[in-house]
Amino acid sequence: MQLVLEKRAERSTFIALASPLLAIVLTLVTISILLLALGKNPLAALYVYFIEPLTDPYTLMEIAVKASPLVMIAIGLSLCYLANVWNIGAEGQFIMGAVTGSYLAVVTNGSDVGHWLVIVMLIMGALGGALWALIPAICRVRFGANEILTSLMLVYVADLIMDYLVRGPWRDPKGMNFPTTASFDPSATVPVILDGGRLHAGVIVTLAVVVIAAVMLGRTIKGFEIRVVGAAPRAARFAGFKSDRLVIFTFLISGALAGLAGIIEVAGPVGVLQPGISPGYGFTAIIVAFLGRLNPLGILIAGLFLALTFIGGEGAQISMKIPLDLTKVFQGVLLFYVLACDSLILYRIRLIGSQPKTA
Amino acid sequence: MKKLLMTAAAAALALAATAMNASAADKLKVGFIYLGPVGDLGWTYMHEVARQALVKELGDKIETTYLENVNEGPDSERSIVQLARTGHQLIFTTSFGYMDPTVKVAKQFPKINFEHATGYKRATNLGTYSGRFYEGRYIQGVIAAKMSKTGTIGYIGSFPIPEVISGINATMLGAQSVNPNIKVKIIWVNTWFDPGKEADAAKALADQGADVLMQHTDSPAAMQVAQQRGIYAFGQDSDMIKFGPKSQLTAIVNNWGPYYIKQTKAALAGTWKSEDTWDGLKEKMVVMAPYTNMPDDVKKLAEKTEADIVAGTLVPFKCPVLGQDGKPVECKGGTHLDAGQILGMNFYVKGVDDKMPGK
Repeated sequence: MQLVLEKRAERSTFIALASPLLAIVLTLVTISILLLALGKNPLAALYVYFIEPLTDPYTLMEIAVKASPLVMIAIGLSLCYLANVWNIGAEGQFIMGAVTGSYLAVVTNGSDVGHWLVIVMLIMGALGGALWALIPAICRVRFGANEILTSLMLVYVADLIMDYLVRGPWRDPKGMNFPTTASFDPSATVPVILDGGRLHAGVIVTLAVVVIAAVMLGRTIKGFEIRVVGAAPRAARFAGFKSDRLVIFTFLISGALAGLAGIIEVAGPVGVLQPGISPGYGFTAIIVAFLGRLNPLGILIAGLFLALTFIGGEGAQISMKIPLDLTKVFQGVLLFYVLACDSLILYRIRLIGSQPKTA
Repeated sequence: MKKLLMTAAAAALALAATAMNASAADKLKVGFIYLGPVGDLGWTYMHEVARQALVKELGDKIETTYLENVNEGPDSERSIVQLARTGHQLIFTTSFGYMDPTVKVAKQFPKINFEHATGYKRATNLGTYSGRFYEGRYIQGVIAAKMSKTGTIGYIGSFPIPEVISGINATMLGAQSVNPNIKVKIIWVNTWFDPGKEADAAKALADQGADVLMQHTDSPAAMQVAQQRGIYAFGQDSDMIKFGPKSQLTAIVNNWGPYYIKQTKAALAGTWKSEDTWDGLKEKMVVMAPYTNMPDDVKKLAEKTEADIVAGTLVPFKCPVLGQDGKPVECKGGTHLDAGQILGMNFYVKGVDDKMPGK
């Protein structure tokens, strides 16, 4: 008797729908066991993790603020991944977007130039991210360089460029030589849209991006092209789709979105350009993209869910003294089960007896 | 009868609940925001040790909470607000990068008192505190120059901010007081906590001939490398003797406990005031670990240096302080550099063989 994975003749639609639910149930069971081992009441802890943040306007707003950059970056990445283009460097595009967008805020600091400034900053941020993403795209198209490596390595280059700027030319003259720009003026700040929290206009931009991506993927030729090139490159060639042009296109779009997320974050919740503006958003967004199954609506849900675990984890630290490490274990376990359960879509588990040996 | 019993039970429960609430409300809630994990054995660990000392001293009157691994970018403001919203009356934010978020949150919650470590922005409900760690560095420089056979000290830098630069300069001045030809080799790792990177830097320095290692990063990795290589090293933030029983010469120990106890007592008594505290060896906010693994004459010299600094007869940054170009820097404190010059230090003293990053 043994267990084997057997390929299904076709994708199981039922499992495709049930798999994420199964993954969540398995995660909750595993986490409950861990909580019991720590001597905490699992029900109370799960309440603090998942329900309590949803009962309070402040934490609800914070979930949206936290999810916003993750979702925006992940939408761009999903276009790449659907087309079989592997942009791993969204973190670098996020930083370069923040840097190019901040340029105007730094040079106009102290001279109140009007609210058009922040709009120009956002456009420049998107351009900066797109141009940074263009480098690995061109390297792949012209020289056949592997975009996984080039895009990833450019993350560290972007990080060091920002580091140089905030320690050198852009450093706050009144900042005691600490590595940060001066705080952005109100005209260079993404406005807060609700009192009593940090919910900013960038969240609306993110929602618009989700809708546009959903329409583009589902209703336009370009969306069709992305899917075909990714799923069946040969068929795409017969159809006359140029895969090189699509590499450039998807990199440009995902770079622009990552860059836009970067400048919104800097001109919104952070308010200055400094090292450490991103707690790894560009990488976490890769998880969000796959957790959302490369589907815009799925990504929105996945981003909100991941943000919920961050905020809930913080609440658990405060009210139940549950260590932060458990929150990280939690996120890891969740991803593990999601991927494991997904294999059930294409494979089934079969119990087979010892087979007679064929001579 | 049954009904009556039920009512009585419910009433008793309700009474017990209010009693519990009352006792919880009577206790002063003190919150801490930590940069690293509590187990980093360095910077964050010492704040955690101090928090435990605080609980030991005032445990019956206070309740404490900490949030660890809080990044200095967009998350810190929310983390501080979460503590403020959950009834914490005194909040310590323990890293430089929390400065602007702490200022912002302090404005939103004027009735809550905040204390920010290593910053310079204050308000009526926001005080700052830090240690004169450079005093300890000076003693280490004296010891290092005595102990080094190769005449080369290896120094692992984190970020070239004034705090770290003044540490390097104090080390150099201390070392030059013993051996004017001493060399300091610096490697910047651009992180506060990354044991792998820190160990690599330590190995590289040892390979380049450094036989005494110093670090301004938070893990004991360099100490472990020194122990393996049979060379000397200094502990950072905490006494790291168990990682280098044959290597540790001494360590700069950050002793926050007495300060936390003093400020919390003031908050309990209603006499808390926003102040700028900058204490050193004299006030025991900076403490030297036992002088070990060195001959008696070196130990005596180290103890004398320490005693002189405490007595005020020895001032590490005594004028004239020569810059890297050999010219004396401006002396704003009369006989020595003033606090602003040390807290904003942005130049190397003569003899440091390194170009400051970003300059």
